[in-house]
Amino acid sequence: MEKKRLEDAVLNWENKTVSEALQRSSELREEFVTDSGIPVKRLYTPLDLEEKGFDYYPERFGLSGEYPFTRGISPTLYRSQLWRMQQYAGFGSAKETNEWYKYLLEQGATGISMALDLPTQIGYDPDNPFCSGEVGKTGVSVSSLRSIETIFDGISLRKAGVVSSTANAIGPIFLSLILALAEKQGVAPQDFVISVQNDVLKEYIARGTQIFPPKAGVKFCLDVLEFGVRNKLNPHGFFLLACGAHLALAGATAPQEVGFTLANAIAFIREGLRRGLNIDEVAPHVWFLMSTGMDFFEEIAKIRALRRMVARLMKERFGAKDPSSMSAKIVGAVKGITFTAEQLLINIARGGIGGLALACAGVQQLRIPSYDEALALPSAEAAKIALRTHQVVAYETGVTSVVDPLGGSYYVEALTDQIEEKATKYVETIESLGGAVAAIERGYFQSEIAKSAYEWQKRVESGDKALVGVNVFREEAPLNIQVRKVRPEVEEEEIEQLRELRRNRDNEKVKRALSEVRDVAEENGNTVLPILEAVKAYATIGEICNVLRKSWGEYDVEMGAI
Amino acid sequence: MAETKKRIRVLIAKAGLDGHDRGAKVLVLGLRDRGMEVIYTGIRRTPEDIVEAAIQEGVDVVGLSCLSGAHNHLFPRVAELLAKRGGGNVLVVGGGIIPKEDIPFLEQKGISYIFGPGSQINEIAQFIRSNVK
Repeated sequence: MEKKRLEDAVLNWENKTVSEALQRSSELREEFVTDSGIPVKRLYTPLDLEEKGFDYYPERFGLSGEYPFTRGISPTLYRSQLWRMQQYAGFGSAKETNEWYKYLLEQGATGISMALDLPTQIGYDPDNPFCSGEVGKTGVSVSSLRSIETIFDGISLRKAGVVSSTANAIGPIFLSLILALAEKQGVAPQDFVISVQNDVLKEYIARGTQIFPPKAGVKFCLDVLEFGVRNKLNPHGFFLLACGAHLALAGATAPQEVGFTLANAIAFIREGLRRGLNIDEVAPHVWFLMSTGMDFFEEIAKIRALRRMVARLMKERFGAKDPSSMSAKIVGAVKGITFTAEQLLINIARGGIGGLALACAGVQQLRIPSYDEALALPSAEAAKIALRTHQVVAYETGVTSVVDPLGGSYYVEALTDQIEEKATKYVETIESLGGAVAAIERGYFQSEIAKSAYEWQKRVESGDKALVGVNVFREEAPLNIQVRKVRPEVEEEEIEQLRELRRNRDNEKVKRALSEVRDVAEENGNTVLPILEAVKAYATIGEICNVLRKSWGEYDVEMGAI
Repeated sequence: MAETKKRIRVLIAKAGLDGHDRGAKVLVLGLRDRGMEVIYTGIRRTPEDIVEAAIQEGVDVVGLSCLSGAHNHLFPRVAELLAKRGGGNVLVVGGGIIPKEDIPFLEQKGISYIFGPGSQINEIAQFIRSNVK
């Protein structure tokens, strides 16, 4: 490209072609920005990339499957294998969840992503008075191994293939529950994939199911990672899913989502190295959960920027040698918050757009919410439509024929660079604060995200950002959609089953097992094996967590902190 | 109700186990920008905690947020405890993920208004100004 010729052409275009068009009719806005507020130009050309050296191709972008993996972590990607289509599910009682999972597997879902209720995630038993009204609401109630046995009754872990869950503060407990189940089913842990989300740092920041103070929380997560690595579980899976999606849901911009998630991942990895694990043992098992909203191009650029940053971080900072350490494996989720409560069915379109964005971005797993996301847990119909949406994207759009189809787009490459720059600044700021744990304790992430959320709200309320059905094209139509409700009897049923469990199990065995958990916790040892024994003795999640609460303390936010 | 010009004191509270507080925080910042004094409780507060804070801080308004589906249990409990402790005049409003069919029940139990997804800060501020006692 002859730079001078292009510069002249662009100048001429601006002065003549554009200028004449603007005189006939002006553009609709003064300034156009991405959802993150990054200003965008009318047209991008090679000149926008020239400063960084667009010609300097291999080192800057890599080719698909090669460092720095901007263009994707696999050379052939979806040409060889489609992304995993998982639908987050689970509600109410174990029995109902069992039926629901069987339905999803029949409809073609490849893997089970377990939604757990809040008492389970926060380590409380359903009979804890604090949990009144909460049992079985945001997911299935799991109090012990008995619950898991019911949920997987007639479902072989081998057939399910992948079992994942949003166990973050209770990582080792959830891992143990599935390992205990595998033992009962006669399935070797290596024959299927257990994926524990296991990112407690994002809980303190944006999701709120943390239990212990941050340092203890990190330790508990690392117990899963370390156990998984040393016992060679999940050779191709993750033991920790560093989550950007929840930060984005809380209001984080694209650069914040990337920068903050990386800072958290760094904290976990550092702890792993401190325990004597090798970077090439740890990094391949730390995956990323990233969101997409409706800003199609920004979200694709964001994920490409993350991949490039992860590659450089692992190689240059941590000295990784294995390409698997440097290639970020990404689970992509269309942001539930973009799905409106008004005019529900248009959320199906949003699911398609978000799904296509994630596929263009080259993610390894993809999640699309059901259209009734803003109202309640998915109805059967809505969940099926979400799955069909995946299938339309996968089979009808051609996105699977080419790896990184938008690579080389002047716009997308320029945006990838900009997001990388801004995200890098965030990572540096957090380092200067002392790392992610220190930043959490100081409320840094939380206040930055709250500010971004407020900025977004102001844009929406002023009409600067249009949301169809919310502030434009509103309809006052009555809601006529069937919404799934959790049966109110579930709480009582779960409490009764728990009482029965406690009557019928060997309580001496439970007591001994819990004692062992306490001892190991106090010695700062790896808690997975003692917890596995406790779980097999039918100790409850609440009982195990209470032992740990006594040893490690509980986290509490100060009143007033934003 | 006549609109009042004194600085209104608001407690924004996260009730129950739900940890999603984007809406709550945005409302805190928005109401502050509109001249109200706003205190945020942080997440995972029991009805008892919330009422204690409301009484201690002498607030005029309590805004409850819950996205986990436990609102029918938690919100009425707050209104009940407030009344018991002499806070019967405190305006109680709520928000979060609350199905429309639950609203009449909540209103009957003392929640003056439920602001669902898509509610605007101005709308909420205006309601507060018009209804605070």
